[in-house]
Amino acid sequence: MGWGDPKVTGVLPITLGSGTKAVGMLMLADKEYVAVMQLHGEVELSRLQDVIKEFTGEIYQRPPVRSSVKRRLRIKKVYEIKVLDVNYPYVLLRIACEHGTYVRKLIHDMGEVLGVGAHMRELRRVRTGPFREGEYLVTMHKLSEAVYMYKELGDESLLRKYILPVEYVVSHIPKVVIGDGAIDALAHGADLAIPGIVRLHEGISKGDIVAILSLKGELVALGRALMSSQEIMENSKGYAIKNVRVIIRPGTYPKLWGKYRSS
Amino acid sequence: MDITSEGLNFIYSLDSFGGVNRKWLVRRDEITSEKYGTIPTLRPLNQLLDYGVVVVDKPPGPSSHEVVAWVKEMLNISKAGHGGTLEPYQ
Repeated sequence: MGWGDPKVTGVLPITLGSGTKAVGMLMLADKEYVAVMQLHGEVELSRLQDVIKEFTGEIYQRPPVRSSVKRRLRIKKVYEIKVLDVNYPYVLLRIACEHGTYVRKLIHDMGEVLGVGAHMRELRRVRTGPFREGEYLVTMHKLSEAVYMYKELGDESLLRKYILPVEYVVSHIPKVVIGDGAIDALAHGADLAIPGIVRLHEGISKGDIVAILSLKGELVALGRALMSSQEIMENSKGYAIKNVRVIIRPGTYPKLWGKYRSS
Repeated sequence: MDITSEGLNFIYSLDSFGGVNRKWLVRRDEITSEKYGTIPTLRPLNQLLDYGVVVVDKPPGPSSHEVVAWVKEMLNISKAGHGGTLEPYQ
């Protein structure tokens, strides 16, 4: 994924079992980091703030030699860089950025522009898409304790605190809710036609990735919008969402129950 | 509370968790059957282990891949992931 450096710590959401079909959404999600930048020479704080402004917004990056992606020059979005603390030669930064942004390279490049040089000494991811350092964030130690409680004492409670329904992986993207009768067709790969839709978020544009949910909130499939929310509301038929990835287990809902037909 | 309202409440809680502020547009009124499916928060543990996510605070040292391997072993599951192919979304 984007970790590369094993010394990096922090928010690592792990999808379990068939829920792994939704894991691509985590890869595409925005990230936030806290990083320690080590300056190789002294700079005025105002100069540092100026350079930070230069590196906020769209920046150019080429993936490092050791990365697994093609080494094309890419444009990445840095949403925000905030100086949390300065204690020369260290600068504590909070960085919010698009997926695929290399923080190590960002810090190196800021050092170059500052003129004195800098490198990233430490990195911790504090947000992966919708997942932050919340109650559900669990260390390996605590997770093994939760497993022990379940296996040895029959107590599920700690395990249920740390294992969230996979639906949380798509909590940050636009959603389309469908009737029970439409589910089985989608579970077999059919695209979603307008009659199956019960409710949907406003502001969906053609081309957007959306989560297709049942009325109970179960993640049925991941889709790509073929129409905007407005078009969907204004029309009574036609294909609204392309089925990109089936998540729900086929057979969870029965076949062709009700009026919905996929053709 | 009936199951359709419980489902809607869960969906609203997803929006809240994900920081989504969008309004909902309603095409029609429909209820969901009690006979099929489950509200995700009421999923029994064995189903949760197949349709769940665990947010690990990764320690320094092991790679993410190694952490995933540990989690699979710990939970006795054969499949888990922390990132995957982008192909379906391009």
